[in-house]
Amino acid sequence: MNFSEVSLNHYLILSALLFCLGIVGIVVRKNLLIVFMCIEVLMNSVNLAFVTLARYYAEKRGAEIVLDGHVVAILVMAIAAVEAAIGLGIVISLFRNRQTVNTSELKTMWG
Amino acid sequence: MMDANVFYIASTVTVLAVIFMIFQKNPVSSAIFLVLSFFGLAVIYLTLDAHFVAALQILVYAGAIMVLFMFVIMLLNLKDEELVYDKIDLKTVIGILLGGCIFAIFTLYYLDLPVLEAPELVKGFGTAKEVGKVLMTKYVLPFELIGILLLVGLVGAILLGRREED
Repeated sequence: MNFSEVSLNHYLILSALLFCLGIVGIVVRKNLLIVFMCIEVLMNSVNLAFVTLARYYAEKRGAEIVLDGHVVAILVMAIAAVEAAIGLGIVISLFRNRQTVNTSELKTMWG
Repeated sequence: MMDANVFYIASTVTVLAVIFMIFQKNPVSSAIFLVLSFFGLAVIYLTLDAHFVAALQILVYAGAIMVLFMFVIMLLNLKDEELVYDKIDLKTVIGILLGGCIFAIFTLYYLDLPVLEAPELVKGFGTAKEVGKVLMTKYVLPFELIGILLLVGLVGAILLGRREED
């Protein structure tokens, strides 16, 4: 691996590193809010892989430029926004009913 | 085309910010470190000539999603005893080992890939104009569906956040 110039592998390994850090965070932490933040990190790492591959397979096909990776990254961002809104809504109603955000204390589905 | 130093600095900042985010006790400081990692990623997108995605990264993530997180953290107003103080126990060690194993698998696979040089930059690559063209022609159906999904998410969030007695 060549360290003086950046190639495809560098970006993909960075993406993998962020993904694994997100997984470690989800497994290690018990605070539900930080678990949500780690899910955002997971989505970001996948976005990075999409954008990287879009750059490394950039070409002009007919009149338009191949930009599918960027479009998918934008759609993932929108989905992440929806997921954060719904997830935080769930956290708020959960906290209202149980007065805790500790995942190890949330054991039952009812009451 | 891209400066290796910019990539290394930005990726170091991003990774360190994520690590600090995971091991903070207070969710507010975690959120601050998360913003830092989003900015680092935006810089990395810029080295990949994805100008529009970088701008959206800052607008959507650092702007919208982080404000949402901050509001919820302030709204919950966690007291000291409710902040979860995770001790380093067996679960932490197993989690870190698991993450390391997955990272090793990814890395071994990626190192086998041929070293690909980035092709010549097409004029207009990654600008809002070209991305918008693709978004509005080839991907117009997913784009509209995302709009409906956002509406459903909005209604769902209102429904979840409502108090019982209403």
